[in-house]
Amino acid sequence: MSFALMTGVTSDSETTARPQVARTRRFGRWSRPLLGLLVPLVLAVGWELAVRAGFSNGRLMPPPSVILQTLYDLAQSGELWRHSVATVLRVAVGFGIGVVAGTLLGALAGYSALTRRLLDPTLQALRAIPSIAWVPLFILWLGIFEASKVTLIAVGVFFPVYLGVMGAIMSVDRKIVEVGRAFRLSGFALVRRILLPAVLPSYIVALRSGLGLGWMFVVAAEFLGASEGLGYLLIDGQQLGKPAQIVAAIITFAILGKIADGLIVATATPFLRWEDRFGARGEPA
Amino acid sequence: MSEQRDMLVLDHVSKVYPNGVHALETVSVTVKPGEILAIVGGSGCGKSTLLRAVSGLDVASSGDVTLGGVTIHAPHEKIGIVFQEPRLLPWLTVADNVGFGLEDLSSAERETRVRAALARVGLADKASVWPRELSGGQAQRVALARALVPRPEVLLLDEPFSALDAFTRADLQDHLLDLWADSRPTLLLVTHDVDEAVVLADRVLVMRPRPGRIFEAIDCDLPRPRDRQSAAFDFAKRRVLAALDRSLDRKSQDHAETKADPGAAMWW
Repeated sequence: MSFALMTGVTSDSETTARPQVARTRRFGRWSRPLLGLLVPLVLAVGWELAVRAGFSNGRLMPPPSVILQTLYDLAQSGELWRHSVATVLRVAVGFGIGVVAGTLLGALAGYSALTRRLLDPTLQALRAIPSIAWVPLFILWLGIFEASKVTLIAVGVFFPVYLGVMGAIMSVDRKIVEVGRAFRLSGFALVRRILLPAVLPSYIVALRSGLGLGWMFVVAAEFLGASEGLGYLLIDGQQLGKPAQIVAAIITFAILGKIADGLIVATATPFLRWEDRFGARGEPA
Repeated sequence: MSEQRDMLVLDHVSKVYPNGVHALETVSVTVKPGEILAIVGGSGCGKSTLLRAVSGLDVASSGDVTLGGVTIHAPHEKIGIVFQEPRLLPWLTVADNVGFGLEDLSSAERETRVRAALARVGLADKASVWPRELSGGQAQRVALARALVPRPEVLLLDEPFSALDAFTRADLQDHLLDLWADSRPTLLLVTHDVDEAVVLADRVLVMRPRPGRIFEAIDCDLPRPRDRQSAAFDFAKRRVLAALDRSLDRKSQDHAETKADPGAAMWW
């Protein structure tokens, strides 16, 4: 962040600009997350007050205090932990498989025109199928337990990663690759020193959208018969008429999703400080 | 013997692109070690193709490029290149860009040489900044440093200053000569700027298009440093311009009388 701010500063004006940079950084670090919290906090407090004042009984949409109480109870009994772990494990394994497959095939298709002509039409056709449509087949093939769930998640993660990697490699600037060749790089050295760093920014984007789809598909998978997992908590809350449990599970999803995404961003940021892009100025990470 | 070693020879080099375009037809040039050779010509005359064939980035369809007797068919460690754009790697700092070709050295030695090279191009204070933070002229200096730091015997320059403003361009031309004087590598410079050719080169090759071939070689032995305002400079420039006009079958204008027309000579 501070880096992006320094960008436009030329050496002769550096001394005059520095205090302002420091001030902006301090401002950014504290006020930006707070600003983002303002809207949900106002809504939550408003709803809490509305229920307390008797404008609504809050049965279908429980007030924040009830939701927090439910979360607390779930956490106390160990249920929350058990369900979260089950879901996170499914996402992690499915994401891992999807990323490995998507990266390998995407890199092959991006690097070699022959592989692309061979594989890409089939994969694009498969991509056109809504992934949930595979569920019955996966259940027939792999049973109703973990294998079919993880496979569904892996399929969901695979496509954005595959497309992202292929597109990124194909769009690496020919002129930059030529610099590598002029320094007598080829094969693995060219990949390591030129192609990999060049595609890293798009790869991170691909991983993030893949992970997002992973969270989406884990819910679908857990809806279709699971005895644990946050998706199970959702269904259970619906069947037993416990909206507070549903909202508690949703909030847990949101927190876990945000943490996972934040982990990718935090891991990648040190490698992407060189980026010269428009969005770098306003980004919290 | 040592002169023989790094002589750059193009022997009947032709290049036909897959689409059938004859970019180069039987070009033969011998470049002495330490010579500065400028190549000028209209667009499509194959001057960039020639440079790429020497660099090993492209391979000639027929004929040989040899450096000290060794045939060049792939990029060679004794040949460096600077492109029209700086082409710095945006994910490396300026120092790491300069050291890009020095992977084989120990990191201590690499650092010493990178620091020296950056100081030599006047950018010692920019070692740790990203390429995006440099001006166009600074970036091209870094590209020069990157190409020179492995100490090539031949440095190829493909319209290296054409994207810069006139002031920065003149500045960098002088700077290039200054750097050249350090170790006197052979310089092959493609340019469309006649001023640039005359200010830098010992010899100017004028090429003509369709198919690309050498039309005329003009020796340019003005003493250095060359004064861009002097009459001798102007005269040399006019000779090159006249040759360029003739190479494009254009009627020469006021500089026509500076050299007799080969066709007229035959008439006598």
